Amino acid sequence: MTTDTDRAVPGEPEPRSSAGGVDIETRPPEPAGGESPRRWLGDRIGSVEVLAALLIILIIFREPIAAALDDPRIQTWTTVFVSIMVQAVPFLAFGVLLSAVIAVFVPRSFWAKALPRHPALAVPAASAAGVVLPGCECGSVPIAGSLIRRGVTPAAALAFLLAAPAVNPIVLTATAVAFPNNPEMVLARGVASLIVAMIMGWLWLRLGRTEWIRMPRRPELDDASRGRAFWAAVRHDVTHAGGFLVLGAMAAASINVLVPERWLQTLADNAWLSILALALLAVLLSLCSEADAFVAASLSQFSLTSRLVFLVVGPMVDLKLISMQAGVFGRRFAFRFAPTTFAVAVLVAVGAGAVLL
Amino acid sequence: MNRQAQAVILLLLGGAVIRASVTDLYLRYVKEGLRPFLIAAGLLLVAAAIMTLWYELRPPAPRALAPADGPTVGPDRPDGHDGHDGHGRAHHEPRVGWLLILPVLGLLLVAPPALGSYAAGQAGTALSSQQQSDYPPLPEGDPVQVSVLDYASRALFDRGTSIGDRRVQLTGFIATGADGQPILARMVLSCCAADGRPVKLGLTGDVPAGLPDDSWVEVTGRYSDRLGRDPVNDAEIPYLEVESWRQVPVPKRPYD
Repeated sequence: MTTDTDRAVPGEPEPRSSAGGVDIETRPPEPAGGESPRRWLGDRIGSVEVLAALLIILIIFREPIAAALDDPRIQTWTTVFVSIMVQAVPFLAFGVLLSAVIAVFVPRSFWAKALPRHPALAVPAASAAGVVLPGCECGSVPIAGSLIRRGVTPAAALAFLLAAPAVNPIVLTATAVAFPNNPEMVLARGVASLIVAMIMGWLWLRLGRTEWIRMPRRPELDDASRGRAFWAAVRHDVTHAGGFLVLGAMAAASINVLVPERWLQTLADNAWLSILALALLAVLLSLCSEADAFVAASLSQFSLTSRLVFLVVGPMVDLKLISMQAGVFGRRFAFRFAPTTFAVAVLVAVGAGAVLL
Repeated sequence: MNRQAQAVILLLLGGAVIRASVTDLYLRYVKEGLRPFLIAAGLLLVAAAIMTLWYELRPPAPRALAPADGPTVGPDRPDGHDGHDGHGRAHHEPRVGWLLILPVLGLLLVAPPALGSYAAGQAGTALSSQQQSDYPPLPEGDPVQVSVLDYASRALFDRGTSIGDRRVQLTGFIATGADGQPILARMVLSCCAADGRPVKLGLTGDVPAGLPDDSWVEVTGRYSDRLGRDPVNDAEIPYLEVESWRQVPVPKRPYD
């Protein structure tokens, strides 16, 4: 594990200089051939022209498109897709705003002071910081990206990424409202989620490789004009994270329409099968963490422990999160991080269910 | 996707969100309480679009970062660097931003209806665990207006005690029940339509006949002690003894 720059020995100065040791791509200037994918469009047609043409075509063919969407299944898909996006937009905007502030206005030295020096201690501190920040998972991905960019050790940023959507006050209140007869559910959810976030942070310290995280260089963030850099960060994060959010919302809408609930009924009778089924369902449905407690409450044919698994896994691993993480941190990272988080979350939630429920 | 195109998409998305939240369109997709946040988020998107265009169309700052992204706009650019944000790999990434056109189209062109009978048939009735133990008396009025959710929980968990012999009036849409008979349903949301779950009511007496699924009706009737079962989640479905009904337009707030 010689490549592991995160494991700073106490007393030794941490290599915070290059964003906590993460590769921020510093590619040499584009080779001339880098243009080729766009060449076929010709030099005269830019994205704005393509966009304008696309919009005109869509407006002309509005009627046939509407007719094609008339099937109840496609209509339900569209409704669910649009509503996931509408629901997520304020949280995305809030997350992007905060991440742009972190990227542009908060000096690097602030994080060195705010978080414990030793990365192993920074992990629980960052998880605890997640408790006070209300928001859902769509917002926390760009925030975590910004934190890493600003030199916060990835382990702490990842712990924050996992803890923030799962244990904030709004989510815990929603859980209490959804389970009026089982107040212990709130405690179990909070404790299990915090434990998972910290385990993942520490696992990253031991096993994580910084080269898995590939974040593109963002020269505009160092712009001399703060305002210019801030709005460039907002624009980039909304189109970037938002685009991946669209991908995830499409996947979640498909699952919502294609998987009828009655399939679940047959799984509910077997204790282990029901845990796995609800864990997978949490990944596929990609519900907002502020809403998932109500859905869990309605899955009353399942045991409390399996529903706790649903609540712990959902905010940490789901289709739209995997899509956004792959976009912000790179695919090599997301395809290792998401399955590991899934396994840890299921195990911890089952353990917490056995002790607390 | 270059910066100007991103700005146009942000403008469209922000505009679509603001339009949906100042009209009642947003009520088809999310809860009412989200409205101020939607408007704020829409304004932020519009501001980001305007500021992007402002910085793009202005002469570059003294320390310009990407000479290729100069002030010249669009096709006149001599070197064809259009679309490069001047940073390494990034020309691959904002391409995913094109997808943001889909929610814009969904909100501006399609504006799909609120969840209806298809979604109600897919999911089990939401009333499967007791939410509340004692029910206050019904408000004044004859017939008294109650929501489908309120009637169903009183009928199920209170066995109709708090309804008694009162006449109730409720509004919902028609769906087809397991036995092929029409049922009255209404969706409840906790956050957005993705977590929408139906509350289902069986109908006896003067059952609304000849209406297609998804027609909205206002039914007046009395408590019935008959119970059915939802095959989807094996939960109990209460019944309503219908005395009269009439078709109504889709309500402003389609969810309970």
